[in-house]
Amino acid sequence: MSAPAEKILTRNFHRPDSHTLATYVETGGYSALPKALAMEPAQIVDIVKRSNLRGLGGAGFPTGAKWSFIPKGHAGPVYLVINADEGEPGTFKDRYLLERDPHALVEGMAIAARAIGSALGFVYIRGEYVQPWRRFRAAVREAYDAGHLGRGFDVVVHRGAGAYICGEETGLISSLEGKKGWPKLKPPFPAIKGAFGAPTIVNNVETICHVPHIVNRGPEWFARLGTRTQGGTRMYSVSGRVRRPGVYEAPVGVTLRQLIYDFGGGVTGNGALKAVVPGGSSAAILTADEIDVTMDVDGLRNAGTMAGSAGVIVMDETVSIPEALMVVARFYAHESCGQCTPCRESTGWIYKMTERIVEGRGRKEDLDTILDLSKRGVGTTICAFFDGAVGPYISYIEKFRGEFEALIPK
Amino acid sequence: MNRNGIEFSDAQLQEVRRLQGLYPDTRGALLPVLHLAQDAFGHISLEVEEYVARLFDLSPAHVHEVVTFYTLFFQAPKGRHIVSVCHNLSCHLTGAQDILRHLKARLGIEPGETTEDGRVTLLAVECLCACELAPMMQVDDRYEGGLTPTKVDALVDALR
Repeated sequence: MSAPAEKILTRNFHRPDSHTLATYVETGGYSALPKALAMEPAQIVDIVKRSNLRGLGGAGFPTGAKWSFIPKGHAGPVYLVINADEGEPGTFKDRYLLERDPHALVEGMAIAARAIGSALGFVYIRGEYVQPWRRFRAAVREAYDAGHLGRGFDVVVHRGAGAYICGEETGLISSLEGKKGWPKLKPPFPAIKGAFGAPTIVNNVETICHVPHIVNRGPEWFARLGTRTQGGTRMYSVSGRVRRPGVYEAPVGVTLRQLIYDFGGGVTGNGALKAVVPGGSSAAILTADEIDVTMDVDGLRNAGTMAGSAGVIVMDETVSIPEALMVVARFYAHESCGQCTPCRESTGWIYKMTERIVEGRGRKEDLDTILDLSKRGVGTTICAFFDGAVGPYISYIEKFRGEFEALIPK
Repeated sequence: MNRNGIEFSDAQLQEVRRLQGLYPDTRGALLPVLHLAQDAFGHISLEVEEYVARLFDLSPAHVHEVVTFYTLFFQAPKGRHIVSVCHNLSCHLTGAQDILRHLKARLGIEPGETTEDGRVTLLAVECLCACELAPMMQVDDRYEGGLTPTKVDALVDALR
């Protein structure tokens, strides 16, 4: 294992009081905010652009570029919305940040708000995250008492109520507006017409937690930590059949092999790797031969999958891939919001087909039907949910077809 | 008191107004107020939906559409405790089915059902995003991981 890289986001996680204002300040917290407040908004956007920070919720969009989409000279309100609706199967990093370093999010938000000209921010926390919600709410109160909030920027902590689709940014906006979480057609993009009809930037928790460090230490420092097209470190959630499941911070150029064997301590089960999901359940699965890839957005895109939310799910040789696909397909069938026909219908039928295959009642044509529905459905829906579901549908079947066929009666 | 006995206390109403004031449009507070309503009335019946709709000047149909969309709102009485077992991928890979099977036998109910004494509602749920604790479940507000049949028994038996 190479020398451990510097921890940035997780540097205080070992401290039992890491969530308190006192610890945050003692370790340099809230020193970036006054610097940012002394800058012109465009200067902050430029710094974040040059840092090569990319969105860490799933899409990997360049953060500085997103911020620059707020219409210039817009007169009305602008909102900053933090997506803490963590829900991608295999991902648990934002929960750690909310519980163990909530002030990093508060400070990052205040800086981002300065950059985009927002006086009001919302943090949308998934409803099941009761303890993280309490922790974060307490941190917001501390920040108000210390005067870091409430002087031109306010934060509202909002609780969701259980729906994966609200992690999709326009679904989240619908939900924040008091509706069911149906995604909205783009354009208009949220930066033009978002929450409550106003220009809105939606950023992931981890993305924003990086911002104070970028302001403090400079965009070049951050960019150098990563690859040519993505700066920094990120938090990898490693789980499944692995010896040491947990959240690990590493430079984005870390390889999947390092995450499984060095950080995760290697494979459990029979000890031999069969397959691994690199970026949350919507990412195409990789086989044991495909793990010498870097985990940055472009590295995994070039490998035919995606970095997504950096949720790494490990499977050893004893795992049934058809069963794993059935579990994943059940999830997408359950979470499809039902708005678009190709997604609503295909996720339901594909789950039923995977279930009957696992139960030994599969039909010869089922595998090709699933592939056909997947390939024809991509890009036909309002949001990226179905495109995400297709990642596992296609890759599990194409890479492990023999295993599915062995279960289907001749 | 209205005809159904469904009404927030003055303090709760004050909280409703405070929540509504946080958003550019009062409707933004609908989910938080529904959480409040569920805490106050146990579950969100059609009568509760109508009551909340009036507080927001929304149609009961809109509130019904919202309540039925989200998994954390209960439309029927639930147990005093909610036990939600994750059965998504990482928990599946670490034995969630055994945990679920064990709990069904221990409680004598299927997921979605409540024990006859009203003590526990059992649910099988999608990813709670605590895969490092797999297999794991949520017991009311708490996440519990590293589950074994013995640990599950201790957790469930402690619920009153």
